Amino acid sequence: MSENKVVDKLNSINEFEREPVPASRLKGVKSFVGMYAGEHTAGTEFVIGPLFVAHGVSAGDLIWGLIFGNLLAVGSWAFICAPIAASVRETLYFKLEKICGRNLVALYNLVNGMMFCFLAGSMIAVSATAVGIPFNIAMPELGDWLPTSLGWIITVFAVGTVITVVAMLGYEQVSRFANIAAPWMILVFIAAGFAALPDLGVRSLGDFWQVANEKIWTGVPLEGESKFTFWHVMFFAWFCNMAMHIGMADMSILRYARKWQYGFSSAAGVFLGHFVAWLASGILCAAAAGSIAPGPIAYSAAGMAGAICVIIAGWTTANPTIYRAGLAIQGIMPSVRRWKVTLVVGLVTTVAACFPALVMRLLEFVAIYGLILMPMGAVIFIDFHLLPRLKLKQDYAAKQGLSFYAAPAFAWIATLTCCLLLNLIFGIDIFFLGLPGWFLAVLLYIGSSKMLQRQSSVSFEKVI
Amino acid sequence: MKLLLQLTSALGLLLTIIPSLLYFATYISLAVHQYLMLAGAILWFATAPFWMNKK
Repeated sequence: MSENKVVDKLNSINEFEREPVPASRLKGVKSFVGMYAGEHTAGTEFVIGPLFVAHGVSAGDLIWGLIFGNLLAVGSWAFICAPIAASVRETLYFKLEKICGRNLVALYNLVNGMMFCFLAGSMIAVSATAVGIPFNIAMPELGDWLPTSLGWIITVFAVGTVITVVAMLGYEQVSRFANIAAPWMILVFIAAGFAALPDLGVRSLGDFWQVANEKIWTGVPLEGESKFTFWHVMFFAWFCNMAMHIGMADMSILRYARKWQYGFSSAAGVFLGHFVAWLASGILCAAAAGSIAPGPIAYSAAGMAGAICVIIAGWTTANPTIYRAGLAIQGIMPSVRRWKVTLVVGLVTTVAACFPALVMRLLEFVAIYGLILMPMGAVIFIDFHLLPRLKLKQDYAAKQGLSFYAAPAFAWIATLTCCLLLNLIFGIDIFFLGLPGWFLAVLLYIGSSKMLQRQSSVSFEKVI
Repeated sequence: MKLLLQLTSALGLLLTIIPSLLYFATYISLAVHQYLMLAGAILWFATAPFWMNKK
C-alpha cells in the first residue's frame, strides 16, 4: 500500500516535459539565484581549482582570466539562452524535437544524457572523497583512472543512491535543497581558504600576493601536465558550462523564469563558484602539498564542516545534472515516467563515478562535453532568431512532419568533425575550439536549411 | 518564531566564517576554528530549512 502511494506521488509530479510551463508555475528571481549559486558552488570546484595549480597557471593570468571568462559566460546565459527559454518555455529536448525531428533528437538526447551522467558521476566521486574520510579509504590521486579499492566503490554507491532518490523527486526538491545549502557552502569555501593561508606562510593580507605567486599559482606546471595561460583560463571559465548556456541545456531550467533577465542570476553562480571557490580550492591544494582529493584537502583546513561541504557541494550539482540527464533520456522514451528514467540514469551515473579518471581529467572532459553539445545550441539560436528573417521555416521537422531533418544533423556532425580536425592536424587546444565551432555551426545550419527547405518547396510546387 | 529561526541561521553563518578569520589572526587554534565551523553548520541546517523558501 505504502509502495503504491510512493509510486502515485512520483507519477503525479508534472515537470511539463512536453508542453510550455504555464504562467502559474513561473518562478521568481530568488529561485534562480539560489539554484545557480548552489549548482556552481559545487564539488567540482574543489577539483578545478587544484587542477589549475597543477597546470602551472600564474596568479595574474588566473585572476584576469577568470574575470573575463566569467563575464562572457554570464553574457551567454543572459543574451543567448534566457531570452529563448523565457519565450518558448519548453525544454531543450522538446524544442529540438520540433526543429530536428524525433530520430535526430533521440541521438542527441542519448549523447547529452550520457554526458550529463559522466558529469554527475564526477560530482558523486567528489562527494565520495569526503564520505570516505572516517573509513580511512585510500583516495584516488592525480594519475589514477580506475577504481582504487572496494571501499571506494562501496562509498560511491552509497552516495549515488541518496543523490538519485532526491533527483527522482523532481526540480522543486532540487531547487529547494540548493537554495538552502548555497549561502553556507560559499562561506565554507572562503573560510577554508583563509584557514589554509597560514600554512603557506601568509601572516597578513599584505603577504598574499607574493605567496600566491611563489607558492600557489607559480606559473610552473606539475610534471606531465601542460602549461596554462590567461587564454586557457578565460576560455575554460567561459566554456566550462558551454552546454548549459550556448548549448541551451539551461532552457530546461530558465523556462521557469518570469523574465529573460533572470539569466543574469547566473552571475551568482559563476562569480562565487567559478571565482571565489576556484581560488579557495587552489589555495587548499597548495597548502596540502599538491593533493587533489577534495574531501581530505577540505577536511585538513575546515575539519568536519569542510568534509560535509564537499559532500553537499557534490550533491547540489549532481542533483540537477541527474535531473537534466533524466529529461534528456526521457526525450527518447516520452511514455516512460521521468522518475523511472532518473532511477536508471542515477545507476549509470554511479557506476561511472567509480572511475577517478572522470575527476582527474575533469578540465578536458568538461571542455569536450560543452563542445559536443554546442552545435545544437547554435541550431536553436539561429532557428529562433534568424530563420524567420531569412523567410525560412522555424521548427521545420514539426511543421513538415519529419522524423529526421538533415540540416541540423549536418551542422552538428560537420562542426564536430571540423573541430576534431583542427585539434588533430593543427594542434589547437580543446579549450579554444568552442568559439570558431559555434560560428561554423551557425553558417552550416543556415546554408543547409536554405538548401533543403528550398528543395522541399520546389518539389512541393512540382507535385501541385 | 520565524525571526528566532532566522537569527539562529545567521549565527550559524557567522560561526562558519568568523573562526577562520580569528585563526588567520592567530587568536584561536586550528582545532577550535574547526569545531566552531561544525557548530555553524549544525545551526544552519537545523534552522534554515524551516524559513528559507517558505511563503
